[in-house]
Amino acid sequence: MRELLKTENVSMVFGGLKAVSDFNIKLGAGELVGLIGPNGAGKTTAFNMLTGVYQPTTGAITFDGENIVGKKPYQVTKAGIARTFQNIRLFSELTVLENVKIAFQSRVKYGLLEAVFRVGRYFKEENAIEAEARRLLSIFHLEGLADETAKNLPYGAQRRLEIARALATKPKLLLLDEPAAGMNPQETQELMEMIRWIRKEFGLTILLIEHDMALVMGICERIYVLEYGEIIAEGTPKEIRENPEVIRAYLGGEG
Amino acid sequence: MNLLRKNDLKMLVFSVALFAVLQVLISERILSSFWQLNLVIIGINIILAASLNLINGYTGQFSLGHAGFMAVGAYVGVVLTTNFGVPFPVALVAGGIAAGFLGFLIGLPTLRLRGDYLAIATLGMGEIIRIVIMNIQYVGGAAGFKGIPHHTTFAWVFFLMLFTLFFIKNFVNSAHGRACLAIRENEIAAESMGVNTTRYKVMAFTIGAAFAGIAGGLFAHSFYLITPASFTFMQTFNYLIMVVMGGLGSITGSIAGAFVVTFISAALASWPEFRMIIYAVALILLMFYRPQGLFGYMELTNMGFLRKIFKKGGDANA
Amino acid sequence: MELLQQVVQQLINGISLGSIYALIALGYTMIYGIIKLINFAHGDIYMVGAYIGFFAITQGGFSVVPALLISLVTTGLLGMLVERIAYRPLRKAPRISVLITAIGVSFFIEYTSMYFVSPTPRTFPQMFGDVAVSIGGIVINGQQMLILGITAVLMVLLTYIVQKTKTGKAMRAASFDTETAELMGINSDRIISITFGIGSALAAVAGVLVGIYYNSIDPLMGIMPGLKAFVAAVLGGIGILPGAVVGGLILGVVEALVSGFVSSTFRDAAAFAILILVLLVRPAGLFGKNTKEKV
Repeated sequence: MRELLKTENVSMVFGGLKAVSDFNIKLGAGELVGLIGPNGAGKTTAFNMLTGVYQPTTGAITFDGENIVGKKPYQVTKAGIARTFQNIRLFSELTVLENVKIAFQSRVKYGLLEAVFRVGRYFKEENAIEAEARRLLSIFHLEGLADETAKNLPYGAQRRLEIARALATKPKLLLLDEPAAGMNPQETQELMEMIRWIRKEFGLTILLIEHDMALVMGICERIYVLEYGEIIAEGTPKEIRENPEVIRAYLGGEG
Repeated sequence: MNLLRKNDLKMLVFSVALFAVLQVLISERILSSFWQLNLVIIGINIILAASLNLINGYTGQFSLGHAGFMAVGAYVGVVLTTNFGVPFPVALVAGGIAAGFLGFLIGLPTLRLRGDYLAIATLGMGEIIRIVIMNIQYVGGAAGFKGIPHHTTFAWVFFLMLFTLFFIKNFVNSAHGRACLAIRENEIAAESMGVNTTRYKVMAFTIGAAFAGIAGGLFAHSFYLITPASFTFMQTFNYLIMVVMGGLGSITGSIAGAFVVTFISAALASWPEFRMIIYAVALILLMFYRPQGLFGYMELTNMGFLRKIFKKGGDANA
Repeated sequence: MELLQQVVQQLINGISLGSIYALIALGYTMIYGIIKLINFAHGDIYMVGAYIGFFAITQGGFSVVPALLISLVTTGLLGMLVERIAYRPLRKAPRISVLITAIGVSFFIEYTSMYFVSPTPRTFPQMFGDVAVSIGGIVINGQQMLILGITAVLMVLLTYIVQKTKTGKAMRAASFDTETAELMGINSDRIISITFGIGSALAAVAGVLVGIYYNSIDPLMGIMPGLKAFVAAVLGGIGILPGAVVGGLILGVVEALVSGFVSSTFRDAAAFAILILVLLVRPAGLFGKNTKEKV
């Protein structure tokens, strides 16, 4: 398996407080991996470092053979990492279609003057973006809502839109931050199937943060467990379930 | 060639017809010179409001430095026409470029700031520009610049206004404009969708400043004298009122706002206190009951019966 | 020696002016600290304070201290009224909406005042003009002594209120984290109201003192000092009380030096240049801590 992402001794310190330390993970191309841990363990901080929102205090992050430490979030996106957010961050006053169209940003080639005077590549590219965006919407059963304002969407549809939007950036690696948060068991079940399906369909590698154990154990091939900013265990769902360290830190706590 | 799409063409026909009517009213002297001047002012104010809206409304970067960029355009313009005999259109463009360039230089560092901090920093920048102009004796200092040729005609104002609106509308409806909207909606999400937020903030700021510069040139050449006192931040607040009243993020709103504010100003010219009290109350009530302004994020071409006339084109626009 | 004397003289002028800025900046910083609003109308509150003091002295025949007290109380109540009517309904609104409202409130106070007291500047009666201390050619006049003395008293009083009283502790808690403070049983509406009251009262005193110092007041006199006091608050670190005082004093001194040795027209530019510099180099201000936005 080709290695897609590797982090080496990545740490993040906020004003003397170590949020994440010695964060070492490896993702092979095509893997579906979970990142779990109690609240405040540093999972989202890890995502923020992987996507350039935070610059790690120390350590190296190699993505697809390239060091991405120091890159800005939009450059990381261009390099091929897309994400969703724990607290959904849609462009809420814009339409569903516009939300997806924005994700094509790094591939737009026409310039300012071409846009203003509607010449050159403008129409060709805009039509392509429109078609591709609508295709993505239909995959996520959002085509009927294309002209709806994003904030008016029901919760589940907002989560799907966030994933659709992330996929529109054409990522190699997709980071999902608690995709099942706030979903009922039925919706979670559908989400699991969808995650499996998009991995196959888009040839993705997926790393997901999740609290819903059924979901994580159900679809992840490998799991990292984070506690107090440090990885305390790594393994298959079965190994993790039986790891005494994990049971003490995490599963035990939740019963 | 798709240079003019159907909707643009309809708009153009409508605008030219409007221009013809107004021009006849002016040349036949049916409109008094007071209202003629006000037509010119309305046009200039539309340019200023729409360009400020691009920054504040579409990109969500609350700038209060517009009068400063207007001043740069005005002074560069009048120096070129009066002292160097440069043709009027060239002077206007030069003023716009100078203001845009300054906007770029100022925007690059300051647009890192957010919300109210950006507001106060741009206000300060605008004032610094004005104070610097006040201390340049070559342009008359605080006493102002005298002997400006009266070049600004209604036709110049009208067609430059049309160009401004066309420019901003098409910009907003392109991928570049969408990037700006995304920044307004959620900067962190925009960045993670591949939007280089610094680049687009600075781009919107520069374009807005450049159009403010052009408007400044038009403004200056409507008068014999301009002074730095015409470009205080109180002037910026005027344009801000237009934009907020009409709706942050609506070109139709900026047009309507410029109309309403200019009319109120003209009608209450003899009672300046009341004028300002009305603005103040209007601003407060708007924030209470309709913070999105009269038109919100809507355009006229998007509403009801007009939708049938301006059928939706191939993109998300109009 | 001549130069040194001039510098010291400008320093004294600067500290007097800076004390005024500090008094206004305290209100700014307290209000920003608690509801994250640049209260654009704060400078206008200061103007109203100056007018109330003016009328108390000229029409009411009061002497300085009672006039200050009348102005302090009335203006404090006005500040609370403004908060109640204009800002409280927008507690959950986007910050920019509140900022725009504050601009509206500012216009409203300026121009309704202009309607009632006319736009022509009023001349404050001469006071303490003949009292002056001269040390080695450096003059501190009576007005400056008054400003420094009253400012010092108010600072001590404010420190006592904020550090020792129950209300003061609640204010600090609310400005640290409003939501948690509410969970702890603090009535945040009441605390915000008191904050506006105290902030406005301080501004009122500054207004009266400026009237006595410069002899002239007008309905738009609050705009510039208001903005500059904000600069002072940012310079010291917004939300931090000693920061506002230090920021105000620095600003006053810089302005006095610029007008004394460069040109008085650049005075305002200096203040804004400081603001921009601080925002770009050290946005948290001299006394502030840098914080990161949570994602």
